[in-house]
Amino acid sequence: MTAFPAQSRPGNSNPAKPDPVKPGIITRLRLRMPLLVALSAGWLMLMVVVALLADVLRPHEITRMDLMARLAPMGTPGHLLGTDEIGRDVLSRLLQSIRVSLVIAFGATLLSALFGTVLGFLAAQFRGWVENVVMAMADFQAALPFMIMALSVLAFFGSSMWLLVCLMGFYGWERYARIARGLAISATAQGYAAAVIQLGATPRRLYLRHILPNVASTLIVSMTLTFPEIILMESGLSFLGLGVQPPQTSLGNMVGFGREYLTRAPHIMLAPSVIIVLTTLAISLLGDWLRDRLDPTAR
Amino acid sequence: MIRYILTRLARAILTILLVMTFAFVVLRLSGDPAQILLGPDAPQDAIDTFRARWGLDDPLWRQYLAYLGQILRGDFGTSMRDGSAAITLVLERVPATLALTVPALILKLGIGIPAGVYAALHRESLADRGVIMASIFGFTIPSFVLGLLLVLVFAITFDLLPAGGQDSWRHAVLPIVTMSIGGIGILARFSRSAMIEVLGQPYIRTAMAKGLPWRDVVWKHALPNAAVPIVTLVGFMVGSLIAGAIVVESIFSWPGVGRLIVVSVANRDLAVVQCLLLVIAATMVIANLLVDFAYGLLDPRLRSGRPAH
Repeated sequence: MTAFPAQSRPGNSNPAKPDPVKPGIITRLRLRMPLLVALSAGWLMLMVVVALLADVLRPHEITRMDLMARLAPMGTPGHLLGTDEIGRDVLSRLLQSIRVSLVIAFGATLLSALFGTVLGFLAAQFRGWVENVVMAMADFQAALPFMIMALSVLAFFGSSMWLLVCLMGFYGWERYARIARGLAISATAQGYAAAVIQLGATPRRLYLRHILPNVASTLIVSMTLTFPEIILMESGLSFLGLGVQPPQTSLGNMVGFGREYLTRAPHIMLAPSVIIVLTTLAISLLGDWLRDRLDPTAR
Repeated sequence: MIRYILTRLARAILTILLVMTFAFVVLRLSGDPAQILLGPDAPQDAIDTFRARWGLDDPLWRQYLAYLGQILRGDFGTSMRDGSAAITLVLERVPATLALTVPALILKLGIGIPAGVYAALHRESLADRGVIMASIFGFTIPSFVLGLLLVLVFAITFDLLPAGGQDSWRHAVLPIVTMSIGGIGILARFSRSAMIEVLGQPYIRTAMAKGLPWRDVVWKHALPNAAVPIVTLVGFMVGSLIAGAIVVESIFSWPGVGRLIVVSVANRDLAVVQCLLLVIAATMVIANLLVDFAYGLLDPRLRSGRPAH
């Protein structure tokens, strides 16, 4: 995380003949990883489809109670994944939870990437006190465990969907800021940036059209690393009862409430747990694979 | 070196100041503690007395200065709930939390780093793949899912270990395991990639070319260099020794700092929350500071005063 520019230099500065090495690595990856990566991609696509079509797919309303069939086990006719303590259909709630958790995670990942990258670029462009302020803020963020910060903000302001997305949007911004700053500073030292500046490009043009495309792959890889962490953070907060609030539901929220019925109806807690684990696993696998393909600084 | 230490110290102090400001602003802006503590039906004069007693009627900047002044005098305020000193409430809980987090940290270091280094030294072997898969699993399972699964298996199904409480060492087993799995995975993966990166460097080739035994190459040349990035991560783990157990303590009803955080946030006990934020951030900042000094010892190039990032 730290020591970025200094460490990445050697790997970066001798790409004299990348061709003889590259096909080797990629074909080896293709031979070894394709099934897992393909499965991960397939799973994530399924999750996105579920999130988009949650309204159409779910068999029941998420708040509809079937009091005759409380805590029904999996496989009950009409309730494929059973019901919870007040007879709400677990499958329907699961589909809705996937949507809520994914929306939060996507929104937050984009926000934090945008926020961090902009601040990192500003620090690289203006140096001086701007850089010091940005870096001091990054230090502050790194010093305060995110969970603690989130807990205090949520508990005192109450939890709403918007606040949650915005709050989660701060998750990991300091990493993007540090990476973007480091990469932008080293990019401005390279020939192409100097050339563009000599040609009279404005800083905005320089950063958006020239530096950003050159550092995008590293940032995208960071996003694949942050995304599962945000899912885990949101579900952790919801599990503690401070994230998504009932009657709305999210994956962590379901696990949290299912915990009370661990002995009698473990399916309430197991169903969302499986989804969380498989989704974060899929993103991690996909992210690793992407990093090997896209990111020159990660070897 | 002096300059390096001084800049780091200045940044650390600035960070703590920022955390204090954050804690103050967020907690004061978000609601009236008098209403919350005394309840919605409290008579107006009770509220007025309460507000006067805690200085809640002063302008915000005066409250802030008073707060900073108190902290500089070592006074972290008193809990609005039971009137005892906030710092005592916090410090009382620290041993219980450390009883979980220190063994967990030892497990993380003792299993994670050797596994990662071993995997890097035997790349592409079955063991390497095993370590990769296990570590990915380790850090993608959220601690609350893992904790509940362990409870389901070991406490409910087989009745081997207690599911919660703090009466004997057996109560600590499940929380410690829950806490360490993720860290083991992260450390294993991180040390593996750090080690692989180092092993690809020219100086390793040189060391091998001059005929050093492989053991010496690994122990004297590769490991010290791979240690620099690993130390960063370990520093972060040391820094979260106090705060890192919120979820796990909640699952296993362990009366540590994590529980105190959740409870005092729910009660809006301002002084305790502020004190907690400060203690936690200070731990993290001190750990980071130690890491920075360790860099200086491990990597002489950093001593010239150039920061690591």
